Amino acid sequence: MSPEAVIVGGNRIPFTKAGGRYAQASNHDMLTAALDGLVARYGLAGERVGEVAGGAVLKHSRDFNLTREAVLSSALSPLTPACDVQQACGTSLETTVYIANKIRLGQIPSGIASGVDSASDAPIAVSEPLRRILLKANAAKTVQQRIAAFSKIRPQHLAPAAPSVKEPRTGLSMGQHQARTTESWGITREAQDELAATSHANLAAAWDGGFFDDLVTPYLGVTKDTILRPDTSVEKLGALKPAFGGPEGTMTAGNSTALSDGAAAVLLASREWAEEHHLPMLAKVVDAEVAAVDHPSGADLLLAPVAATGRILERNGLTVGDFDLVEIHEAFASTVLATLAAWESEEYCTGLGLSGAIGTLDRSKLNVNGSSLAVGHPFAATGARIVASLAKMLHQRGPGSRGLISVCAAGGLGVVAILEAV
Amino acid sequence: MSALEKVFYSPVGQGVAKKAGLSEPPTLRRGRTWPQGAIVLAPLEGATLGKLTLKALGRAFEAPVVDTDTDQAPGYGSRIGALMVDATALTTLGQLEQVRAVLRPAMKGLERSGRIVILAAAPAGGWEQRALARALDGIDRTVGKELRGGATTNLVYVEPGVRPGDLASTLEFLLQGRSAFVDGQTWTVSASGTKATVSDKPLAGKTAVVTGAARGIGAAIARTLARDGAHLIVVDIPPAGEALAAVANEVGGTALHLDITAADAGHTLAAHIAERGHELYAVVHNAGITRDKMLANTDAARWASVLDVNLQAQMRINDVLLNPKTKGGLAKGGRLVGIASTSGLAGNKGQTNYAASKAGVAGLVQAMAPDLADRGITVNAVAPGFIETDMTARIPFVQREIFRRTNSLSQGGSPVDVAETIGYLLDPASAGVTGQVIRVCGQNLVGA
Repeated sequence: MSPEAVIVGGNRIPFTKAGGRYAQASNHDMLTAALDGLVARYGLAGERVGEVAGGAVLKHSRDFNLTREAVLSSALSPLTPACDVQQACGTSLETTVYIANKIRLGQIPSGIASGVDSASDAPIAVSEPLRRILLKANAAKTVQQRIAAFSKIRPQHLAPAAPSVKEPRTGLSMGQHQARTTESWGITREAQDELAATSHANLAAAWDGGFFDDLVTPYLGVTKDTILRPDTSVEKLGALKPAFGGPEGTMTAGNSTALSDGAAAVLLASREWAEEHHLPMLAKVVDAEVAAVDHPSGADLLLAPVAATGRILERNGLTVGDFDLVEIHEAFASTVLATLAAWESEEYCTGLGLSGAIGTLDRSKLNVNGSSLAVGHPFAATGARIVASLAKMLHQRGPGSRGLISVCAAGGLGVVAILEAV
Repeated sequence: MSALEKVFYSPVGQGVAKKAGLSEPPTLRRGRTWPQGAIVLAPLEGATLGKLTLKALGRAFEAPVVDTDTDQAPGYGSRIGALMVDATALTTLGQLEQVRAVLRPAMKGLERSGRIVILAAAPAGGWEQRALARALDGIDRTVGKELRGGATTNLVYVEPGVRPGDLASTLEFLLQGRSAFVDGQTWTVSASGTKATVSDKPLAGKTAVVTGAARGIGAAIARTLARDGAHLIVVDIPPAGEALAAVANEVGGTALHLDITAADAGHTLAAHIAERGHELYAVVHNAGITRDKMLANTDAARWASVLDVNLQAQMRINDVLLNPKTKGGLAKGGRLVGIASTSGLAGNKGQTNYAASKAGVAGLVQAMAPDLADRGITVNAVAPGFIETDMTARIPFVQREIFRRTNSLSQGGSPVDVAETIGYLLDPASAGVTGQVIRVCGQNLVGA
């Protein structure tokens, strides 16, 4: 039998709103902090871990080897290899799959899956014409050539280019895409605000109950997720103005995720490695599936996880009812609601090539300790946040408890994975 | 740094301070270092315990210069590193003259950070013998106040049956730089029959828990115990996790986020230790808080929180860890250390709640020690005086300068001084040291 990949535990720093308490922290700093907290929790200082996979969506060019550099800054052995992976908001669920697969193939006995994003420290590039001029000037052999190159600079070239959160193929922002989905699936404002309020209430209760005591390590004096509003309510959320979908839109700043800063990491290992190191085993990674939709042709951008969910369930002979807990990343409240509606739609599911509707989810199993609307969503860190939290929740429920993770991502991508408590 | 503090530490300010008698205090010898000059042994009335213990430690020693009661005390040719007075065989007050005769030449013959160690029989026997034991304590305390240049003196009472092996770790600690800020103190060593010998890594292979380890004294304890070979489980409240992680990674240990006042804290701790496959050798209950107010302004909440964190929490945790049925509980031959305070022993204005909790710790270890002796578990406390930490750095400058200078070494102690004393108590060779409260205060002028 091939080795199992078990989740030992995780660590993240509290997530904050972009431009907040981590405004001066880089992706490198935050990823290092998340790794160091993990190392401290599991006594791995100086240890050579099989591999660390990490990534960020918004990335400076200097961070071409972000994860490896963070490993070198961390307390891990400098002999620990690392690689960068980038799959938009699915990044650290994908790094989890990558590390788990290597462990299951026997290539590494242990590894860390991670992700980080800073919307505060987003790279600003020079304009495309200016970039070409600067490269030409740099290559110039004589002063005259250099002056000639510089003389081509025009004022309009000097405007900096901030990273775009638009889909390159449609020119629409993610919110604009989701507004279309929200409308076409008939997702109401009330249902969205209710889901957002539940997310905050669940997260607040989890913090109060000490759930995050062994999942979070404070950073830069921040001890708790700062986007969390424990006192929010459907009434308060109902008072917000629409942010997407025009004046009649139903999506607000309250039921959409905020731009966030943060980092998260998960320690995975073979059973043997975990036992040798006397470390806990929370859950194993059972299977994973990535799907994509043809959003340039009009498909719902953020519903790609539906196809992935249908395929992974069929492959594993499971139904929605077989899961004790389900984590659906809350990019927008309406994304979750549209996903659940799509699961129930015979027409939509068969259109994806599935044999029938995925099924109806018992909502009491959904995001029980809060999700991205309340925690925040540093793009590449979200997957690892969910994996660690879900693994702990499943472990608390006892061996055999099963959980499903569904994460939508830019580019019409969807990543899903099944975990099972050991 | 306040304006006044800046002026004080400016070149001009330092000149004025020097004239006012506030010169820069001596730099203390610290760490696992021995005196540079000779160790002089004065065995009185044929006592042999000191000699055998020095031999067990592998330290050479020389004969003392003995004063012949002239106007001018005879001196040592070159400065000596330490004088050890073995007074364990003395029985009469008249024999105290021998103590004077060996101490007098040493008073001006000690090197900087030199050491005087007096060994005496623990108070017992007839009236005169008991008076004698107490008289030696008075001598020790006074010598501490007269010594200069960072030199210290301490008195060790030895119980009947104490062998060199029981005393070796104590003598090693007192002669080495580790005891830099322990001065004018007296404690007792009992016969334990330990076979452990002293070494530079006495805690190798042993697991120790330190609470409140994210900063200050707790972090220093973790570092010192790690230097001595221990595997550390460092504990602090979740909001202190960032600093705690840094300490854990520095010492190669593990960080556990835990509020020690939680009802199930002991079980959480034991479960963690059991899961990680460790045998628990020692717990250092370092976590503590202050909520200072004059008693006239102290409400029930301030009262309760300080007593709970500083005293009651460790009692609840000990209850769990000392239950032989607890997986992850304290092993036979283990070590418990509490942190008392000179504020508790002497009282301190504005700190009734804190003094209660810290004096309570002293009472607790004295009560627990005899009850745990049959399991080879020792229970002791250290009582820090003024230690330079983030906490004491917040005391206003003038007050702080007074606090730090009102002791025999004219300076505040370092967190490492507290840590070293705890390391000594954790040494397997310190099995004969239990139920003791050792002050790490540079012989603070206040307190019993």
